[in-house]
Amino acid sequence: MTGQARSLLLRGGHVVDATGERPADVLIAHGHVVEVGDGLSGDRVLDAGGCVVAPGLVDLHVHLREPGDEEAETIDTGARAAALGGFTAVVAMPNTQPPLDDAAVVGSVIARGATTTCDVVSSGCITKARAGRELAPMGELHRLGVRIFTDDGACVASSGVMRRALEYARSLPGAVIAQHAEDAALADGGHMHEGAWSSRLGIPGRPAAAEATIVARDITLAELTGAPVHFLHVSTAAAVALVRGAKQRGLAVTAEAAPHHFTLTDAACAGFDPTFKVHPPLRTATDVEAVKAGLADGTIDAIATDHAPHTPEAKERTFEEAPPGMLGLETALALTLTELVEPGVLSLATALARLSWDPAAIAGLDERGHGGPIVPGATANLCVIDPAVEWEVDPSGLASRSRNTPYAGRKLTGRNRHTILAGEPVVIDGEAQR
Amino acid sequence: MKHLLSIEDLDRTQLEQLLDLSERFVEVTRRDIPKVPALRGKTVVSLFYEDSTRTRISFETAAKRLSADTMTFTVASSSVNKGESLRDTVQTIEAMGIDAVVVRHPHAGAPHRITGWIDAAILNAGDGRHQHPTQALLDVLTLRLHRGPSLEGMRIAIVGDVRHSRVARSDVQAFTALGAQVTLVGPPTLLPEAVETWDVDVSHDLDAVLAEVDVLYLLRIQLERQGEALFPSLREYTSRYGLTAARAARLAKDALVMHPGPINRGVEIAAEVADSSASIITQQVASGVAVRMAVLYTLLGSGGPVA
Amino acid sequence: MPESTRVPRATAHASDQSDPASTAPVPPFGSASTAEFLLRTQVLSADDLRRAHTRIAHEIVERNHGAEQLVLVGLHSRGPAIAQRLAVAIESFEGVSIPVGTLDVAFYRDDIGLRPVQPLGPTEVPVDVTGRVVVLVDDVLFTGRTVRAALDALTELGRPRAVQLAVLVDRGHRELPIRADFVGKNLPTRQAEDVRVRLVETDDVDADAIQLWGPREDGP
Repeated sequence: MTGQARSLLLRGGHVVDATGERPADVLIAHGHVVEVGDGLSGDRVLDAGGCVVAPGLVDLHVHLREPGDEEAETIDTGARAAALGGFTAVVAMPNTQPPLDDAAVVGSVIARGATTTCDVVSSGCITKARAGRELAPMGELHRLGVRIFTDDGACVASSGVMRRALEYARSLPGAVIAQHAEDAALADGGHMHEGAWSSRLGIPGRPAAAEATIVARDITLAELTGAPVHFLHVSTAAAVALVRGAKQRGLAVTAEAAPHHFTLTDAACAGFDPTFKVHPPLRTATDVEAVKAGLADGTIDAIATDHAPHTPEAKERTFEEAPPGMLGLETALALTLTELVEPGVLSLATALARLSWDPAAIAGLDERGHGGPIVPGATANLCVIDPAVEWEVDPSGLASRSRNTPYAGRKLTGRNRHTILAGEPVVIDGEAQR
Repeated sequence: MKHLLSIEDLDRTQLEQLLDLSERFVEVTRRDIPKVPALRGKTVVSLFYEDSTRTRISFETAAKRLSADTMTFTVASSSVNKGESLRDTVQTIEAMGIDAVVVRHPHAGAPHRITGWIDAAILNAGDGRHQHPTQALLDVLTLRLHRGPSLEGMRIAIVGDVRHSRVARSDVQAFTALGAQVTLVGPPTLLPEAVETWDVDVSHDLDAVLAEVDVLYLLRIQLERQGEALFPSLREYTSRYGLTAARAARLAKDALVMHPGPINRGVEIAAEVADSSASIITQQVASGVAVRMAVLYTLLGSGGPVA
Repeated sequence: MPESTRVPRATAHASDQSDPASTAPVPPFGSASTAEFLLRTQVLSADDLRRAHTRIAHEIVERNHGAEQLVLVGLHSRGPAIAQRLAVAIESFEGVSIPVGTLDVAFYRDDIGLRPVQPLGPTEVPVDVTGRVVVLVDDVLFTGRTVRAALDALTELGRPRAVQLAVLVDRGHRELPIRADFVGKNLPTRQAEDVRVRLVETDDVDADAIQLWGPREDGP
């Protein structure tokens, strides 16, 4: 609690939130924003000159690997990586060992997360053991605060089970069923996008149709049941078009996309390096353009990293044997600024919406003080972003326990500088404080 | 040239140089003592994660005919520890002091990964569905020995399960690089995805192309594929795409029949056709040692093709 | 001196010295703008070469008391052409047709792996060498390593009764105990110098020539 009694001033920044933008100092005390204006003073000062002061970023989709695979990441190290990336809240995915399908495990994740430098929120499984058959105890988990229910890593294959899950979730306020949309019958056995590259490399493919068929099916089921549905890591032009159509019809459909799906294509697999292996896989340039367009017009509501740490031993195998997944927490903001904002695909305000207040709304994290406008009385979950600093991604310099980033050596512009979690500066000048 | 991983890494000049060099080695293999001291003192390791006695023996014979020493690690003999990571296995082998590793692995790209872990020269003897470069080289050499050095304009049809075939991928690249015109023949389920991006023609009707080809290259059809709903039965496959005696009779007079082996007699090729004079299948096998000698010599002995 | 602007084939350079140890750079023949190598002397003209061929042909027959049981084996890349000329000469005055073969020594060289070594042509000897007198034929004898490799290659083909060596030029600097039985011209040279043989059959020139080239010497 050191420093909470003193006031903290973020001086000289440009405040951007859902209500607009203005240059202003931000004064924080007792975990809340106290004042926003010019020429303020405080006991402790963090320089925000030339920087953007925004609500802390919210990541709907991270794999913290604890319990079960702590070699790759722990809740603590993942939270630190998140804070460095500018995130004040993350939703932990349930494909742990044991999976997050019962109250005891979920409770322990919540407890472990409570002492870290990020607000770690747990998701819960849709089905027991993510096996796709029996519903998990969603009510019990909802009582613990779970709002996002997903079998991520696996797709709920049975239309019947998916329908029942959607219907049941309607009775839990704020609950959202989130689908990993890949039809196993079409995608299983595949390791990269099915197309010209997989044809040339002789690697079995996962067709875009595997995503499109499930998205189409689940939109239909959402309409049937009147329940909201959220699509994780949308990667194909076809799925983006389906979600756009559903929204135009007024259905409660939301979607997220990962940075690797708007910055990389399947050509990256040409060297057989499993650093570029992920499910759903890297796709074609056409799909990348569609994802960007979806982020621009709001079809895709959120940027979510799908941060998936793997130990070097795990990725040091053949392409077909290695597990899928890439790191994302410490590069998402910079990639968004460099590849979307700078070229004019998104305005800065829209980018921050996709990274902060829009995902916060989907997960109900706005009610926990994330993503909200920076006004007196708001919980002080903030990030301070330097939009101009140039840096190069160095895997050994990351706070994550793992090193599997596909962006090693990539030059980026823009980076998170400070992160304030409930009033506490957990990252100062790019250094984690604990 | 440090490694041979894929035919697409070789330009036309390098392909032709390797083939010219292979012809020198054909002469060596026909001598009473078919041996030269060129790679004396070098060690060539076979690392076979897939069972394939004939290809492995062909490589080992090639190494021995160059006076190199050989070592063998195979899954079949359990000298490859399946629990040990590929990286640990190759680094352990390298520590024994070796110059080249001939790798066959069920996963595409395994040889490429290995090049990042050890210093030895890596030779791809087949990686999943991806490539089998020496097979393509010996196929071209066999055609050259029959038809002269140029494949320009030669019409070659490759029939069968192209989708799952590393032989087909390597052959298509080698044949087209040398100027041949390739047609892929098979049911759509057995042709590669995005086949329109390949530099080939496509036909689903073997009878329509039979009379028009100079070379008919048959691929082996695997029984296991039937269980994956890729085609209804071997019987239907043979009736639509098998080289039966009746179909063989409709081939052009000088047309050649090829197959990478082992043959499923009565499935992709009728027994009597396999033994006929149009079939150069046994010459393919004979060319294999000379080609592998040429590749080993190029990787370990010559310091690379002269520019 | 001939000032040809035609550039010889790349393989010609590799065997210019018939010597694996040679590291001297070899600019294109006839290139007037060469800063490094200059023509020093014309060692043998086309006429000189013709007389040398004839004399060597006579010496071979004289030394072996006739032309029976002889086989000439030329070492690539110019040996076969020289061997062919010798065979023609021998046939013209002895009336005997001597078999001519070709030998490539690439796979027997001792510098494999140290530098690019590619075969220069096929190995084809039309008769069994066992029991015969084999006369190896090459253009230049230098360190002797090529001939050593040729002896090893020859052993693979059979067991000759005897092996003799005929060369157009012996330029000294032997590194192995090898000597020629028949020599067109003895030519003392410095290590850095370059003996260039050009034959009508192999080098795309109008007339044969053997020239000695050397590096430009700057300074007083």
